[in-house]
Amino acid sequence: MFVLRVNGRDRRLDVDGATPLLWALRDHLGLTATKYGCGAGACGACTVHLDGEPVRSCSITVADASGRSVTTLEGSQDRIAQSVRKAWRKLDVVQCGYCQPGQIMAAIALLRQKPRPTDSEIDAAMDGNLCRCATYQRIRAAIHDAAAGLGS
Amino acid sequence: MTVSRRLFLTLIGVSSGALAIGAAFRLSAAGAPAAAPDPDSFVRIGSDNTVTVVVKHLEMGQGVSTGLTTIVAEELDADWSQMRVEFAPAEVPRYANRLVGFQLTGGSNSILNSWDELRNAAAAARQMLISAAARHWRLPAEEFTIEKGVIRHPPTGRQADFASFAGMAAALPVPTEVRLKAAAEFKLIGSPLPRRMDSADKVAGVGGFGLDQRPQGLLRAVIARSPRFGGRLKSFDAAAARAVPGVVGVVQVPSGVAVVARDTWSAIKGREALRLEWDDQAAEMRSSDAILADYKALAATPGLIAADRGDATQALASAAKVVEAEYSFPYLAHAPMEPLNATIQVTRSGAEIWTGSQMQTGDQAAAAAVLGLAPAKVKIHTLWAGGSFGRRANAGSDYIAEAAAVAKAFGGSAPIQLVWTREDDIQGGRYRPMAFHRLTAGLDGDGRLVAWRHVLVSQSIIAGTPFEKFMIKDGIDATSVEGAADLPYAVANLRVEVHNAASPLPVLWWRSVGHSINAFAVECFLDEVAAAAGRDPLAFRLDLLADRPDHAAVLKLAAERAGWDKPMPAGHGRGIAVHGSFSSLVAEVAEVSLGADGKPKVERVVTAVDCGTAINPDQVAAQMEGGIGFALGAMLRGAITLADGIVRQSNFTDYEPLRMSEMPVVETHILPSEAHPTGVGEPGVPPLAPAVANAMAAAGSARVRRLPLSEA
Repeated sequence: MFVLRVNGRDRRLDVDGATPLLWALRDHLGLTATKYGCGAGACGACTVHLDGEPVRSCSITVADASGRSVTTLEGSQDRIAQSVRKAWRKLDVVQCGYCQPGQIMAAIALLRQKPRPTDSEIDAAMDGNLCRCATYQRIRAAIHDAAAGLGS
Repeated sequence: MTVSRRLFLTLIGVSSGALAIGAAFRLSAAGAPAAAPDPDSFVRIGSDNTVTVVVKHLEMGQGVSTGLTTIVAEELDADWSQMRVEFAPAEVPRYANRLVGFQLTGGSNSILNSWDELRNAAAAARQMLISAAARHWRLPAEEFTIEKGVIRHPPTGRQADFASFAGMAAALPVPTEVRLKAAAEFKLIGSPLPRRMDSADKVAGVGGFGLDQRPQGLLRAVIARSPRFGGRLKSFDAAAARAVPGVVGVVQVPSGVAVVARDTWSAIKGREALRLEWDDQAAEMRSSDAILADYKALAATPGLIAADRGDATQALASAAKVVEAEYSFPYLAHAPMEPLNATIQVTRSGAEIWTGSQMQTGDQAAAAAVLGLAPAKVKIHTLWAGGSFGRRANAGSDYIAEAAAVAKAFGGSAPIQLVWTREDDIQGGRYRPMAFHRLTAGLDGDGRLVAWRHVLVSQSIIAGTPFEKFMIKDGIDATSVEGAADLPYAVANLRVEVHNAASPLPVLWWRSVGHSINAFAVECFLDEVAAAAGRDPLAFRLDLLADRPDHAAVLKLAAERAGWDKPMPAGHGRGIAVHGSFSSLVAEVAEVSLGADGKPKVERVVTAVDCGTAINPDQVAAQMEGGIGFALGAMLRGAITLADGIVRQSNFTDYEPLRMSEMPVVETHILPSEAHPTGVGEPGVPPLAPAVANAMAAAGSARVRRLPLSEA
């Protein structure tokens, strides 16, 4: 039995400790905003925040996450998260939308670290998040827009 | 090529389930039968004053739910905020793609085939609302207007919302004649106002995808399939797999061995514990190099003649200058971000399937055939697809039929979600065909193009599917030669030959189908011919397009906006390409810089598109951006290669799509038009790779003859 703090609530998980956090979130806790894209840490669709840091939930085990704080897109409601979502909608970033929860989680983490990121800082922070629809140009613009919306 | 609706309906009648569809169809609006106004099927006005558009197509990111909703809102004069979307059930002929006669999202023709149908439906609904208001208030219908969802009678100042009269309107007869707006009256079409209908839910991470379905008691399944295409299961030992905690069953299905578990991870672990033996007697055992060698040998033999004008052989023999080049192309996987999946529940009276499917009619038939049901007993809930690019439409409905087979073999009434892992997706076939092309051109003494010979070798996508009857003529698959046999450039002596290579490896339409291959060969080679003639690539093209003003128009627009004549710094180059596909025309100018290692960085792509009336210009731009990024990733390093028949790639680690730092700045310019709208989902793809390759040559790099660049 493992206890994780997920989106501010303690959640008990009766699973094998080697289970990737991704599948625990999706299949055991019903938090489906976190997406399965590759299971190999190569696409970023499963990005969540672990103690505030962006991580690939497919590459972290439940045992590793035990006792720590996990935030998924469902639980991301602070000012930065709202500003990012607003910018994503304003610029109609999404196409298929499947990678976007991971993109948004990565963008929120970036804006926490760097309130006014440059293009190259955005590229560096977001390069691990694949978008097969190639919405990259709009993601870049939306991060700038969200940053502007948050003020300096 | 025009495909008659009657033929397809006949096909549906005789097929037992192995239906395929053509993302490849190049059809004109004239090919669709006239749509009688049918508001009941497409427009629903709720008591809460919402207007729901019933969308018969799959939303896979291309923005179709927004585009179709815009058409309805426009003719209905609804307010954008009251619009809602609902996906249609699997039902023909009501929700058939009007160009093919069954339910299909493909060929970039969703808007094209829905335009008349939805305009007529919405205009009829508008007239019925006005008639109801006029009767109720006993006022002349001609004096009513509708603005932003409000029914108004200006002389008396009376007004009401749609909900007030929806019930009365529904009881009225549907008008057979409707008045449609002129383009000058459009308020939403062509404007930036309609934003995507799915943005809010998608940024909130709320439901909608197949893989996110969580019905009560859901089980998950993964399937172990032959590592070689055409391999068959010889034997298996499931004892260790059954012992994995969470695994509830192991069953044999036609494509392999399925492990059913309470959660996805347990199913994957269970599959890893299977012991399997495969019979490779009928399997593809070659490596990619051997396949390419076979293709080259085929190219040296006489092929099937897809185009023959004048006497290319004679003209080449007497040409002042002859240019020749060979191009090779790898297999490519679609690799949509959401792996393939289907959730199925067999009930006492039938079955229900939740999935994102491009071809509900075929999927319904395929699942019904597996389960021994009448197709109407299989209910399909169409959900968003997390990308598709053609993959979720194929003969035999592979993953849908698999889900049905697992449900049948496992038994019980629990819903089962079949999941393809990313490895299954990358290694599971249905790739864009591998290809080898040889082109030869002749110039006369004045540098004019006098002869063009194009030899193509690839597997046919259509061969072996129920579409052979009308998409293969004299052995030639229309999708193999599209964009090559119908070369737009004026050349007196033209010969195009095609060879159908054979392999048990299944191939499939991949965003823009044959165009994505053939445009590269044609547009790169034409650039080489222009260089041999000492001509500017744009001017050379325009001379050869004197009879193709529409091609010339997009070329000129892209060139002008890109600043074609402005000099580039050393190590930089500009390249151009134009290609028509799916009834639209796209020209792209790529600006490339070469790094110290000679590798290109695509800095900017300027695109000009003629897609008729642009319903949502911002979504047209989005599709150009997306098509360009999709094509560039494939050009840089996209390749599925075989070693002794086994796919060498397995995940995004070694089949890596474009990443953000590689995305060029994309500018989209739309040719003003009031013509019938045409497709944008695919046409942005074909010109990109040749434009980039031509820019690389302009920057001083060697000509690109082999894709991807990582293997050149």
